[in-house]
Amino acid sequence: MVWINAIVQGILLGGLYALFAAGLSLIFGIMRLVNIAHGDFIVLAAFLGLVVTSTLNMHPLTSLIIVVPAMAVVGYLLQYLVLNRTMGDDILPPLLVTFGLSVILQNSLLEVFSADPQKLNAGNLETASLSLGSLNIGILPLLMFTVAVAVIASLQWLFYHTALGRAFRATSDNADIAQLMGLNKKHIFSMAMALSLAVVAIAGIFLGTRTSFDPASGPTRLIFGFEAVIIGGLCNLWGTLFGGIILGVAQGIGAQINPGWQQLSGHIVFLLVLAIKPNGLFPRVSH
Amino acid sequence: MLCTAPLWAGRADLRFLSEIFLYLGLAYLWNLLAGYAGLVSVGQQAYVGFGGYLLFALAINTGVTPLALLPVIGILGVLIAVPVAVLIFRLHGAYFAIGTWVVAEVFRLSFAQMTSLGGGSGTSLPVNVVKSIAASRSGRESLSYWAAFAVLVLIVALVFLFLRSRTGLAMTAIRDNELAAESLGINIWRTKFFVYIFTAGLTAVLGALIFLQKLRISPDAAFSVNDWTAFVIFIVVIGGIGTLEGPIIGTLLYFLLREMLADLGTAYLVILGITAIVIMLFAPNGIWGFVKSRFGIEFFPMTRRVISKKE
Amino acid sequence: MLETKGLTSFYGDFQALFGIDVRVDKNEVVSLIGSNGAGKTTTMRTITGLIDCDTTMVLWNGQAIGHLRADQIAKLGIAMVPEGRQLFPSLSVEENLKIGAQNKRAGFWTLKRVYDLFPVLGERRRQGATTLSGGQQQMVAIGRALMSNPEIILFDEISLGLAPIIINQIYDALPDIIDNGLSALIVEQDISRALSIAKRCYCLSEGKITLTGSTDSISRDDVSQAYFGKI
Repeated sequence: MVWINAIVQGILLGGLYALFAAGLSLIFGIMRLVNIAHGDFIVLAAFLGLVVTSTLNMHPLTSLIIVVPAMAVVGYLLQYLVLNRTMGDDILPPLLVTFGLSVILQNSLLEVFSADPQKLNAGNLETASLSLGSLNIGILPLLMFTVAVAVIASLQWLFYHTALGRAFRATSDNADIAQLMGLNKKHIFSMAMALSLAVVAIAGIFLGTRTSFDPASGPTRLIFGFEAVIIGGLCNLWGTLFGGIILGVAQGIGAQINPGWQQLSGHIVFLLVLAIKPNGLFPRVSH
Repeated sequence: MLCTAPLWAGRADLRFLSEIFLYLGLAYLWNLLAGYAGLVSVGQQAYVGFGGYLLFALAINTGVTPLALLPVIGILGVLIAVPVAVLIFRLHGAYFAIGTWVVAEVFRLSFAQMTSLGGGSGTSLPVNVVKSIAASRSGRESLSYWAAFAVLVLIVALVFLFLRSRTGLAMTAIRDNELAAESLGINIWRTKFFVYIFTAGLTAVLGALIFLQKLRISPDAAFSVNDWTAFVIFIVVIGGIGTLEGPIIGTLLYFLLREMLADLGTAYLVILGITAIVIMLFAPNGIWGFVKSRFGIEFFPMTRRVISKKE
Repeated sequence: MLETKGLTSFYGDFQALFGIDVRVDKNEVVSLIGSNGAGKTTTMRTITGLIDCDTTMVLWNGQAIGHLRADQIAKLGIAMVPEGRQLFPSLSVEENLKIGAQNKRAGFWTLKRVYDLFPVLGERRRQGATTLSGGQQQMVAIGRALMSNPEIILFDEISLGLAPIIINQIYDALPDIIDNGLSALIVEQDISRALSIAKRCYCLSEGKITLTGSTDSISRDDVSQAYFGKI
């Protein structure tokens, strides 16, 4: 019984990991860019949530109304002013610039908020649960999972049924020719980053309500998101969801065996997938 | 002059110089990986910690004096890097980078599980092991210093010779244009593989020396991203990636800044980060790259120029 | 309408164009002939803004546009059918056409009119664009350019890699396309086609214009000589 519970919890946790991964996967798909500071932006969103909920006396979930647009703007400006200058064939500049950003973010947050762990208070929602037979499923994790699925579904819809999505896909295919269609590369890339950080904002708020976080929490979130992407398969958003679930379940089972093994179990499953199915479990045929 | 330092320098100065040598060594190795082989790793701390932990484990359990263990640690570092490389070479570009980070995390979490080595809080080097290096403290300081210096010289010599060799030239070809290099019959995977595992071995040796100096090791210190990767990357990038003079300038600058700004704490890291970003955006070849393009100087003659018919 | 003045272009240290003067007036069809490596595609890419050049090197209705970004130039009404088609693989046939209309310029060409012109595209509208045959892909590429309702279309080697019967089909459709008030600059390696479809032509060899004039007055021999340059 306790194992089934661990697995269920793992699945729901997978939703959060899928949220971490979605933003990462998105910008890689459109711009071949990997944001090393991705995890730190998730933490930034959580801290923003902290500030908003405490000064405006809001519930964390309501704070999404402010945090999501704010992070989207940050993403747009980041890409437009800084990262667009690193785009090109060389992988080093974007990697090093985002790595530098990671260091800057972590230490700035440390400077402003100190190293104390923080948590967003979701009130009654945190303890509310649903009884399914002998299983107790927390409402908050369930909500988080549902939101993750909704976000991924929305992103898929955006990509395949809107003009913006078409623009994203075209730019990703062939940025030069896309310009001939009147698409401004710089603007499209910036919109992509804005979208990525909007998803990051959602991930950050949920992270903050679920567990405690501190300025140094970023890199681990990046790694979880990355592992979910690789396990699921590149260029496949739904695959990322499954990747997150598998990671969550692996961690859950590992933690059940020995609490100190939670992260390690996830890493080991990741390495196994890398060894056996390097293109991920649901790779999309590359074009 | 540097060889004789133990004769005229004080203890603190000796340690400081050793630290510079060890960081310089790390910088040269990371530069070789990223600047020449195109393997951007943010996980070299895996081998630093591995080397450190293995030194402690072997010294404590076999009673062999630490400095004599260095070659063994180098070989073990190479060996452990083999399965790692096989796995993570399936990833490319930035995903490869994060993969190296995951590996470092696996190392950290694994060593933290080993209670015989102090588990999560780490362990210190026992007195009898320390004494086995040399009887007197000044003897130990001198030997550690010379060891660090010797390893640095070895690393620089190996890197220099390698880059001037045929394989090294091949690698520069890979850096410039992978597809073209491949069509010339250069086996890219194998070249990168060997560079990676030998760099790992040497990094492990450096790690062993680093923690020999500190006399204490813990998982967080051994596998710290900040200490062994972030700072090293900044050194190489600011100094000038893909050049042999760059790491020297970067290291000197880094230590200068550290002395000057130490009081600022986290703000110092922010400044470092901003500097690295600014350099990457506006002077991607770093300080030395800038100097080289302006004045054409080279201390380590590496460039072969193509002289066109017009000249 | 469209004019280049002293257009020069470099690929790194290699100079591809040495001062090209080309002119296309309203409702004119002009062809640009040259062998491989002559600089035809470079010229097209520079005009459309994919390659940088000095401001005054390209003029549109008298205005200097050399400094503009490619997407800004597209919005002016300059469209291109690129060499090798270069359709978007992630997009279906219909999406490739729709994205051509991203500019939202009003005009004669709509999705329906493109399907009327090339019915086979309508049949395959939902298919991935790159799963079509070469000739059909060329139709999509042309349709995509038309959807932006441009004032001038640059055709870059549309017969490349296609069977002669398909090339015939496409060239037969061209007069209909151009009749609707469009100007065209057609780049071709095939001399006969280039001479038959256009009113005026330019010959490009090693980055320089070696011959120009109306297609009535120029003979195939003249072109052959200019095509291969001074031997």
